[in-house]
Amino acid sequence: MSSVLEVKNLFVNYGVVPALRDVSFHVDEGETVALIGPNGAGKTTTMHTISGLLKPKSGEIEYCGKSIGGTESYKLVSAGISQVPEGRGIFPILTVAENIEIGAFLRKDKAEIKRDKDWVYELFPRLKERMKQISGTLSGGELQMLAMARALMARPKLLLLDEPSMGLAPVIVEDVFHIIRQINKERHTTILLVEQNAQMALTAANRAYIIEVGQIVREGNAKDLMNDSEIQKSYLGL
Amino acid sequence: MFFQHLLNGIIVGGIYAMVALGYSMVYGVLQIVNWAHADVLMFATFIGLLLTTYLKMPVFAMVLLVALFASVLGMSVERVAYRPIKSGNRKMAVLVSALGMSTFLQNLAQLIFGSGTRQFKAIESKSFSFSGFTITNLQILILVVTSVMLLILYILVYRTKIGIAMRACSVSVDNAKLMGINTNLIISGTFGVGAFMAGVAGILIGVYYSAVYPTMGYLLGMKAFAAAILGGIGSIPGAVFGGFIIGTIESLGAGYISSAYRDAFAFFVMILILVVRPSGLMGAKHIDKV
Ligand SMILES: Nc1ncnc2c1ncn2[C@@H]1O[C@H](COP(=O)(O)OP(=O)(O)OP(=O)(O)O)[C@@H](O)[C@H]1O
Ligand SMILES: [Mg+2]
Repeated sequence: MSSVLEVKNLFVNYGVVPALRDVSFHVDEGETVALIGPNGAGKTTTMHTISGLLKPKSGEIEYCGKSIGGTESYKLVSAGISQVPEGRGIFPILTVAENIEIGAFLRKDKAEIKRDKDWVYELFPRLKERMKQISGTLSGGELQMLAMARALMARPKLLLLDEPSMGLAPVIVEDVFHIIRQINKERHTTILLVEQNAQMALTAANRAYIIEVGQIVREGNAKDLMNDSEIQKSYLGL
Repeated sequence: MFFQHLLNGIIVGGIYAMVALGYSMVYGVLQIVNWAHADVLMFATFIGLLLTTYLKMPVFAMVLLVALFASVLGMSVERVAYRPIKSGNRKMAVLVSALGMSTFLQNLAQLIFGSGTRQFKAIESKSFSFSGFTITNLQILILVVTSVMLLILYILVYRTKIGIAMRACSVSVDNAKLMGINTNLIISGTFGVGAFMAGVAGILIGVYYSAVYPTMGYLLGMKAFAAAILGGIGSIPGAVFGGFIIGTIESLGAGYISSAYRDAFAFFVMILILVVRPSGLMGAKHIDKV
């Protein structure tokens, strides 16, 4: 299976403070991979470095075989990497429809954009009812759905999801993860999923990496990790 | 009398609005005050004066050329004075850089054009009066040009893809990048659009008062900045609204209270409104849900 994303020996600093130390992992085509860890572990830093918002201090990031470390974000979007940032990153002053629109910012294929719009509105019917509404007035769950719909409008090959469950009621979390699985299955979108909610993440993912204080400390099959007593104790509250 | 003062107020108010938009839009995307904005306006106005005096260029072509010149100058200011500053105490460094750029442009203008005041006559003045109410052809022209400029800006910001990108950048540059937006280009464009409007406003005000001088940007810039603050800095409708309020109050104040304090009214009103509404009349009521 070919690798969509390959991170090798990545170091990232904030000023002189190291945030990632020698992080390596890979995501293969069609996979859902989870990156699990506690607060401040470096999950968001990893995401931002992949999507080009942060520059690596050293190390390699390869996307579909090409080195992309330090490439500007907007170029990576056109190459097929879409990120749903932590906290959703919705533009509250724009309407729901405008937020969806902006997801397809770089695309020119009008007819296909229209089809994708219909598809995301089908995926998230709640958004369709609220098309004309200013997004700042949406509920937390609706914001998460809008953020995912917006990212899908770019037709990503690799979708980066940073804590999609954050701040949502358990029922809504179920919905969100149901759709994550659906996107992976129906669109064959490769997904890198960052979560603190290890339970949900491990159910949705094929494989997972555990990150603590800037380093990968465990990796393995999602099922194996779920049955691992150490993981159960520290991450699954069992 | 009242309507006469009101009309005069609306006319200068429209010019303030055009200048205020530049402050507000740049603040919207970068959260910095571009103190060189009014000096770009001044420099562009001098270019207009030269084009009219020495090349006898027709008014319309002259205004267009001046606005384009202002755009390029405005974008250059961003490239040279703001973009390189990325880290450290960024806000403070940008402030110093902005003031430096402002002083530089003023001094350069003094060096090239001299420090005196030049007259600026671009069109023959005619006035029409009916029942105690006077309006000049120049005033009509200013009203028309201002309206057209504001309409074009409205369409650009609220009806085009570039406009969506600009508004997205004003919320978060990083999140805009994640949408595939080349944010450097949008920021540059924002400076360009703001300076374009300032160039047009400079010609209008230069011709209206028939005075062009290297420090002409100072008071005009301060009033336009007051208008932007008053409307809620970062807000586009706020800047327009603020401009008209400042112009009208200044004109009414000068007419009914004392013309000696003309320039003080703008700031008085700004302070008064900020006491009541610290984020300005249309300032962002931040709806941020996480
Ligand atoms: N902009 C920043 N400047 C300085 N340090 C930062 C910055 N952002 C993050 N850090 C630090 O880097 C480390 C990793 O942060 P990061 O946001 O990647 O963690 P995270 O795993 O996403 O945590 P959370 O689950 O809370 O979102 C933390 O110690 C954090 O304090
Ligand atoms: Mg995080």
